[in-house]
Amino acid sequence: MRLTCTVNGDRHEVDDVWEGESLLYVLRERMGLPGSKNACEQGECGSCTVYLDGVPVCACLVAAGQAQGREVGTVEGLAGPGELHPVQEAFLEAGAVQCGFCTPGLLVATDDLVRRSRAEGRRPADAEIREALAGNLCRCTGYEKILDAVRLAADRMAGEAR
Amino acid sequence: MSTPTRTPAGAPSSVGGPGGRIGDDAQRPDGVLKVRGEFAYASDLWMDDMLWGVTLRSPHPYARIRSVDVGPALAVPGVHAVLTSDDVPGEKVYGLELADQPVLALDVVRYQGEPVALVAADHPDTARRAAARIVVDYDVWEPVTDARAALGHPTWNQVHDAPAAVTELSRESAHLHPHGNLVRHLKVRKGDPEPTADVVVVGEYEVGMQDQAFLGPESGLAVPGEDGGVDLYVATQWLHVDQRQICSALAMPPEKVRLTLAGVGGAFGGREDLSMHVHACLLALHTGKPVKMSYNREESFFGHVHRHPATMRYEHGATRDGDLVYVKAEIFLDGGAYASSTPAVVGNAGTMGLGPYVVPNVHVDCYGAYTNNPPCGAMRGFGSVQTAFAYEAQMDALAAELGMDPVELRCRNAMELGSETPTGQVVDSPAPVAELLRRLVAMPLPPEPATGDDVDLRHMPGGVSNTTHGEGVRRGVGYAVAYKNVAFSEGFDDYSTARVRLEVVGGEAVATVHTAAAEVGQGLVTVEQQIARTELGVDAVVVHPKDTAVGSAGSSSASRQTYVTGGAVKAACEAVRGRVLERARGLVGRPAGDLRLDGGKVVSDLEGVALPLADVLGDDAVEETVEWRHRPTQALDPDTGQGFAHVQYAFSAHRAVVDVDTELGLVKVVEMACTQDVGKAINPQAVVGQIQGGTAQGLGLAVMEEILVRDGRVQNPSFTDYLIPTVLDMPPMRIEVLEYADPHAPYGLRGVGEAPNISSGPAVLAAIRQATGLPLRRVPVRPEHLTGT
Amino acid sequence: MEFLQPATWEEALEARAASRDAVPIAGGTDVMVGINFGRLRPALLLDLTRVPELQQWGTDDGAVRLGAGVPYARVITELGDRLPGLAMAARTIGSPQIRNRGTVGGNLATASPAGDAHPALLAAGAEVEVASVRGTRRIPVADFYRGVKRSALADDELVAAVRIPPRTGPQQYSKIGTRNAMVIAVAAFGLALHPDRRAVGTGIGSAAPTPRRAPAAEEFLAGELDGLWESRAELPPATAARFGELVAGAAAPIDDVRGTARYRVHALSVMARRTLTWAWADYRKGDPACA
Repeated sequence: MRLTCTVNGDRHEVDDVWEGESLLYVLRERMGLPGSKNACEQGECGSCTVYLDGVPVCACLVAAGQAQGREVGTVEGLAGPGELHPVQEAFLEAGAVQCGFCTPGLLVATDDLVRRSRAEGRRPADAEIREALAGNLCRCTGYEKILDAVRLAADRMAGEAR
Repeated sequence: MSTPTRTPAGAPSSVGGPGGRIGDDAQRPDGVLKVRGEFAYASDLWMDDMLWGVTLRSPHPYARIRSVDVGPALAVPGVHAVLTSDDVPGEKVYGLELADQPVLALDVVRYQGEPVALVAADHPDTARRAAARIVVDYDVWEPVTDARAALGHPTWNQVHDAPAAVTELSRESAHLHPHGNLVRHLKVRKGDPEPTADVVVVGEYEVGMQDQAFLGPESGLAVPGEDGGVDLYVATQWLHVDQRQICSALAMPPEKVRLTLAGVGGAFGGREDLSMHVHACLLALHTGKPVKMSYNREESFFGHVHRHPATMRYEHGATRDGDLVYVKAEIFLDGGAYASSTPAVVGNAGTMGLGPYVVPNVHVDCYGAYTNNPPCGAMRGFGSVQTAFAYEAQMDALAAELGMDPVELRCRNAMELGSETPTGQVVDSPAPVAELLRRLVAMPLPPEPATGDDVDLRHMPGGVSNTTHGEGVRRGVGYAVAYKNVAFSEGFDDYSTARVRLEVVGGEAVATVHTAAAEVGQGLVTVEQQIARTELGVDAVVVHPKDTAVGSAGSSSASRQTYVTGGAVKAACEAVRGRVLERARGLVGRPAGDLRLDGGKVVSDLEGVALPLADVLGDDAVEETVEWRHRPTQALDPDTGQGFAHVQYAFSAHRAVVDVDTELGLVKVVEMACTQDVGKAINPQAVVGQIQGGTAQGLGLAVMEEILVRDGRVQNPSFTDYLIPTVLDMPPMRIEVLEYADPHAPYGLRGVGEAPNISSGPAVLAAIRQATGLPLRRVPVRPEHLTGT
Repeated sequence: MEFLQPATWEEALEARAASRDAVPIAGGTDVMVGINFGRLRPALLLDLTRVPELQQWGTDDGAVRLGAGVPYARVITELGDRLPGLAMAARTIGSPQIRNRGTVGGNLATASPAGDAHPALLAAGAEVEVASVRGTRRIPVADFYRGVKRSALADDELVAAVRIPPRTGPQQYSKIGTRNAMVIAVAAFGLALHPDRRAVGTGIGSAAPTPRRAPAAEEFLAGELDGLWESRAELPPATAARFGELVAGAAAPIDDVRGTARYRVHALSVMARRTLTWAWADYRKGDPACA
């Protein structure tokens, strides 16, 4: 089947998609966007987290056809060419990246959390950060530096908002 | 030769700046690519005309193969090749230490998940459907699933029953391999063979099978070369040991089997053994097309070795005052169907299985056995994790028996500089075991648990699942300390190779570091840059892609790469620097000894001469390749296990604070604190990251992580049922990093990665024991253990 | 494999009638796992995410009519006051990403004994509204579950909505998992006090071939509360304990990789006792809905 959707603002049209393919497979193997990662393919790790119409979801659990006509946002679209998003900068500075396989999904989930809290004019508390990121497994860092990075990003993005 | 459209990692970038030297929190050179989603992991590799390879695996843990019919698979449109062991041109078995594992099943399969056949097709789903059509006729046998039974040992019945004497290893179970079911038996004997003591504590312990659960599944892309050879881009821990085994299976010389490291999504030991390496090469050579193989999560559980499950019996004898008199231990490690690194794991468990304590009289028997369970091999902590649960539980039990504070008992018996290990080795660098513990005790404790209406469920055992508002919750605090050898031991010729080049490009001095040392996430590429910047006084350092075009670096395991490859990079930089300064000597008129490199210039401290490197080098590049070794170690005496087996030890200690819902058996780890001596923190931020990550993996084994195997079959090969800690399970940490230099090591550094993975779990167990008063002799602790259900 | 994406409910029902082995998909949290691992290969995937009616909830005939396609995240944010038990259950499900996609309708259609919504639906006394081209029918949720992953849904029917009476008293939900997030229930319990009709609702998850009520416990407690509804007096601890035992007695669990049968029974008794204690404490404080 043919699939048409918008990914990171660009319209993509791909043919010969097998109906059983996931959005994750289509992004990675058919659209040349392998940033979203395939760690478990059963919604248990969050490495493939993308925005679907602005809502973070596991791309591995979205059937390709379900994305027809939708807006998809991936890690590749967080920042413009040659730029870094404040969340990306914060992950680098805080040392929140080791192997980095969980990073793309975490960045999307963090961006969502920080944006939502900023919209409410506040910074997320630690317990809230933990609950918001509980769907993103990381095997390298023990999460401490990821929390540091989220706090750092939230501080900076709150500053931007003012 | 064609290269993949998405090229492998390598990260030839150079985050510059003077901030990236030894001792700085330098940022990763691959970090920007990783946060942008542009870092090419093995599973991201892609070529236009590539095929997808899949593996057909045995559903049975033990069976004879009567026949394999690949015809129905070949008939599926889109299939390009179906291969079996008949298609392996070279040696049909491989292995890290013993070549006993078939590349593809021969006549017998020995574990559930053993690869039987391969399919290459134009879509992964086509390949999977075709593989399902291969007809394999199995004669199913009764599997051997207990390590002690496999070795003909009696099983222990009760904790305090003395086990029957172990005599000859009788053959009660089927022999899984021609040489029997024993992979290795290590004996450590020291002091009085018949010691007696005032106080004796006996305990039996069991550790379940842990999985590395790296997030990036096994993947690689094999590309047939125009010379008839093959290029393999793969996520691995040791390119050259892979190359050796692939060459053997393909019957090809090393120059025809070229490996490049693809981006690695974590390793933790699980990538030491081959997975899809030979398979992808076989398919590529057979079809003449690039072949990608990428395991899914379920296959990953069958595609790599796990941490050895262990059953252990310890007897500790001490004086009334709390001085250890003797320890007797029997340790059984279930190696599963093939040897993998079981011999070395037995070596670690046997030699360090008593913990960082001074024990005058020692009697240890450590066995590694073949069974029909999943093969077990390397995982972070490597034989030391299992024994630490036992020896630290014993120390607590002994303290209770003596009425002593458990930390004081540990400090009283702690190793220190100059102590003799159970293997008769004198510890010849700082061993601040007691200090690590005392610093933990001095750290403030977290606030008491909240109760009543205003509890935040996220802080309670059970979390938002709303199982308690404080009812049944008891707090416990536990301590543990551990040690671990750094680098390869027992006389292994352990070395790394570094090629360093210094040149001026576009007016800027640029160093290039080329090693084959696998970057698996730990940050070795950062360390390589920091060392080159420090030694060569330049800002721009390119880390060459990791490949087999340079000599072996050894494995990214055993906490060894910063030590060994770091040492090699340092040595190669020194050689380059020597040549550059020698050249400069004539130009500046100072002896080379007075000169140094800094800021891309040759500097004399005496006269402040600053000669730009461009003036010294011109268009030349100065390049040196160095093979660097740490001090040699020795094989252990086969009868007594005595000898200088380990080049360096790493020490860490943990304090765990837990809240246990004693009625429901649910555990919330409230805080973890860790002290560790790292000799010299080359990159303090990365050091702390290793401690945090290692702590999380130890916590996971303590309370949730286990591959459940019944009758040789894995019951939970998924992230739905193999649980690793989430951010809600991992508590905040307090960390103190000590830096007591090891005079024998480059920069005085000490390997970091494994020690915190060893001491964290036993501390959690100690805390749970304190909260519940239960003996808890098995990990992971399940709610059933805490509730007697 | 075919992929159909009906834009209206009528189209969806027609497609369902035309292809009885079609697999409906909404949040994909079960279906896609099956497809990704080659365990499920339906001839037709029937995507329900474009049917507007399924994405809505409203009140109807005194009940909240929750469209089958409303994700858990919205149950938490939009219905926490009316359906607190279900909202508490929803908060324990998977991860934020899963709660953004997974639906109560999907939970019902899969009918796994471990489905997190079931105990809350049972306790609240929900009805499942199912439809086909033949018409619409309502099934009390307790009659909906027919076996392990089997339900009363006919092969031409789709779950349209679940109708849940809004709370009239305190509700609680409690779930055992061996991890603090993203965990399948080892055992779960839902409790709803219905002061309006002097009744008690219960639901047990992961401890029998199907989600089920604990009728003996409900009757016992309703009897014990006779008079206490008005006095709002303290509940004797022995009553809570006995309630726990009766709930546990209603379970018929098995040993599996997630837990032993004995533990499940034990945990249910504790969860039932504790949730009752919390619910009654709320009621005594004048839980606003029952003032």
